[in-house]
Amino acid sequence: MSEVVLQVNNLSKRFGGFTALRNVELHVGAGERLGLIGPNGSGKTTMINCISGALFNDEGTITFEGRDITRMPPHQRANLGIARSFQIPKPFRSMTVLENLRVPLEYAAHARTSRRRIMDEAMEVLELIGLKDRANQNSAGLTQVDMRKLELARALAAKPRLLVSDEAMAGLSSSEVDEILEILFALNKRGVAVIMIEHIMRAVMRFSERVLVLDAGEKIAEGTPKEIVHNPDVERAYLGE
Amino acid sequence: MKISAFWVVVVAIFVGGLVLTEVVDNEYYFTALYVILQATIMAIAWNILGGFTGYVNFGSAAFFAVGAYTSIALNKSLGLPLPLLIAAAAIVCGLIGLGVGYLTLRLKGVYFAIATLAMAIVFETLITNWAYVGGARGAYILTPETFLWFKSYIQMVFIVMLMLALTAVAISRMLNSSRIGRGLAAIRDDEVAAECAGVPTLRLKLISTTVMGALMGVAGAPYPFFVTFVDPVSAFNLFIAVNAIAMPMIGGTAHWLGPVIGALLVGTTQEIITVNVSSELNILLVGIMLVLFITLAPQGIVGLWLKYWRRRKK
Amino acid sequence: MLTADLLANAVVAGILLGGFYAAVAIGLAIIFGQLDIVNIAHPAFIIVGAYTAYILNSRFGFDPVLVGVLAAPIFFIVGAGIYRIYYAAFERTGQESLSGLAFFFGVMFIIEVVLILVYGVDYRLVAARYIGSTWSLGFVDLPFRLLVPFVTAVALTAGVYAYLSRTFMGRAIQAVAQDRLALQLMGANPVSVKQWAFALGMATAAIAGSLLIIIGPVEPSVGRLYIGRAFAIVVLGGMGSIPGMFIAALILGVVESLVTTFWGPSWAPAVAFGLLLLTLAFRPSGLFGR
Repeated sequence: MSEVVLQVNNLSKRFGGFTALRNVELHVGAGERLGLIGPNGSGKTTMINCISGALFNDEGTITFEGRDITRMPPHQRANLGIARSFQIPKPFRSMTVLENLRVPLEYAAHARTSRRRIMDEAMEVLELIGLKDRANQNSAGLTQVDMRKLELARALAAKPRLLVSDEAMAGLSSSEVDEILEILFALNKRGVAVIMIEHIMRAVMRFSERVLVLDAGEKIAEGTPKEIVHNPDVERAYLGE
Repeated sequence: MKISAFWVVVVAIFVGGLVLTEVVDNEYYFTALYVILQATIMAIAWNILGGFTGYVNFGSAAFFAVGAYTSIALNKSLGLPLPLLIAAAAIVCGLIGLGVGYLTLRLKGVYFAIATLAMAIVFETLITNWAYVGGARGAYILTPETFLWFKSYIQMVFIVMLMLALTAVAISRMLNSSRIGRGLAAIRDDEVAAECAGVPTLRLKLISTTVMGALMGVAGAPYPFFVTFVDPVSAFNLFIAVNAIAMPMIGGTAHWLGPVIGALLVGTTQEIITVNVSSELNILLVGIMLVLFITLAPQGIVGLWLKYWRRRKK
Repeated sequence: MLTADLLANAVVAGILLGGFYAAVAIGLAIIFGQLDIVNIAHPAFIIVGAYTAYILNSRFGFDPVLVGVLAAPIFFIVGAGIYRIYYAAFERTGQESLSGLAFFFGVMFIIEVVLILVYGVDYRLVAARYIGSTWSLGFVDLPFRLLVPFVTAVALTAGVYAYLSRTFMGRAIQAVAQDRLALQLMGANPVSVKQWAFALGMATAAIAGSLLIIIGPVEPSVGRLYIGRAFAIVVLGGMGSIPGMFIAALILGVVESLVTTFWGPSWAPAVAFGLLLLTLAFRPSGLFGR
């Protein structure tokens, strides 16, 4: 893990008088699997919004593969290789599953995709995610699990170097959680670094090589899953005094 | 194969128009067809932003009127010929579309809709107070004496309008089925997700408003020569804006054919009703059809047809 | 001295007019500002209110303000019905941004055309003893045709404000805009709260319409001028804040009155719309927003 893909320094974000994030440092190595956890309202979502560009941070810098992206709009970050999946699936409802993947292939991955191969590559992604037989179905009619898979498929079609997965498993059954986990492992094997935001501890601990804990907008702990489980500060943050 | 089929139809329609001017003498038909073609361009233009991108423009009449008044002003001051007037109207109205878009498209979509309403009244007030183009009293325009090889001036503007309408169809079709078209559809479906998929949403929305404005200006540019008298009340008529919304909504907004079908259908019906019954009733009918279609068949005629087709296939 | 005189009269007339604008905008402050429903047909319903006043006034000699108050419950019921359709056809299916807007546009257009078909494009007006008289305070004139709408509009605004902040339903309406979870904890159904609020907003259109026709004669397409005014006021006032809306209405009234006095009435319509465009472009959160 020598090469750093994403480096976030001293990140702060305020909403009016409320400080959502205060001086947070975060880095992700190439191909690394990072878990980002914390109680509700701890700033996880703000954090990934700042990384993806949906929000601009007030202080601090974000660098991606050595480039300063702090003030870059989201679509340019997507072009560079930051992909994100949404907690509440946001499919392009008027399109089929296959067409949904065509958008990131034609935009985010435009420079890295030959025009002739777009449909083939979309099918390859669907194959990997396990949505191949849904390719020509309308995306609005998918089941919850398939919608989550489509989120990940669309993120993958952007050919990212870093995937930010925002609670891809919330509300799924235990076997469905395992399915999504398998997909994330498979993506990671292809060299994509992953930041996983998740409430399901079993999944985070199994997936992550390193875990970072936020509480009330500050980083309170960072370490291997084993270290985090036994960290007294983390326990306090989750269970209260 | 499909591409050539499209162009064959386009050329066939154009040749059909030329033949019509040779065989038909009654000027009424060309007047009626001109009105329908004008509405078709407006519907296509509205749909590029409304249907493809998902942003509602209530101010279509303003773009149309500014196109018409650009024509009047430049014809009066520089005596430019019609093709140059059309190009100038496209530029002026395209820039207005770009400007309004730039000011409001970073906000929620409804603000753009409200801003277009506001824009319409602002331009109407400006032109009402602009004495050079006639102000509130209106302006008379002399139709040129020459009309190429056509039998009358009205035949020539009909052919001009036919060319413009076919061009509009081609532009709309190109946008709809290209990479840009998929970007626009992604914006319409979910703007946040589109941006995260790498779609430069602001830029595409601005392209969309600019093309819409330019096409509407183009539809308005020949209008002064067609009616020979223009005043702010007729040029900014709300009915123009209603038609521009109603025709795509009735025809179907997601496909480039929708506004064309809607415009031909509604436009023809309107001509028939205006001649045989009354123009007020015709206007009322459009309003009622618009409301009924959007409440009961939001996908329009094209949507209904696709549904029927899919069911039959099964 | 003549200009000071003119200025004072223009400002006073503007304040009176602005008060009336509050009555025009208050329904939209609820429907658009708080419920986020872009009801551009609202001014058209105000015109219906004005014609209701005209009909009952010319047939039976009813006082227009009284007609407005009597018609309000009927408008309330119609409003509830319209919201039902809007909810079923657009809000529930997530179509409100495109189809919902076009729907209200169509409704507006139908109202206007029906009024033209039935009553023509002639200006209509109402008769009441006070309409012609004027109250003079020094060199400032207070015409009753502006004063009566002003007082009624202030009462209406105060009443709606009290209702929204004091009653259970009023607080639920405000919660529907800000916090759905709190609303559910209160045990209220968001759809019926929104229906009630939409109906309330519509009821104010009956009163605003009766005031409109007291101020001056009305014809069917006048409503369009009020679209820009009403939306400008609501946006400028900070989307849904009743006090903000009231101040914005007064500002617009005074600016319009000054423009009319010193530039000419043909420029007045552009004031509201220009103000609206500028607000949207530079201060979309309104004058009093953060």
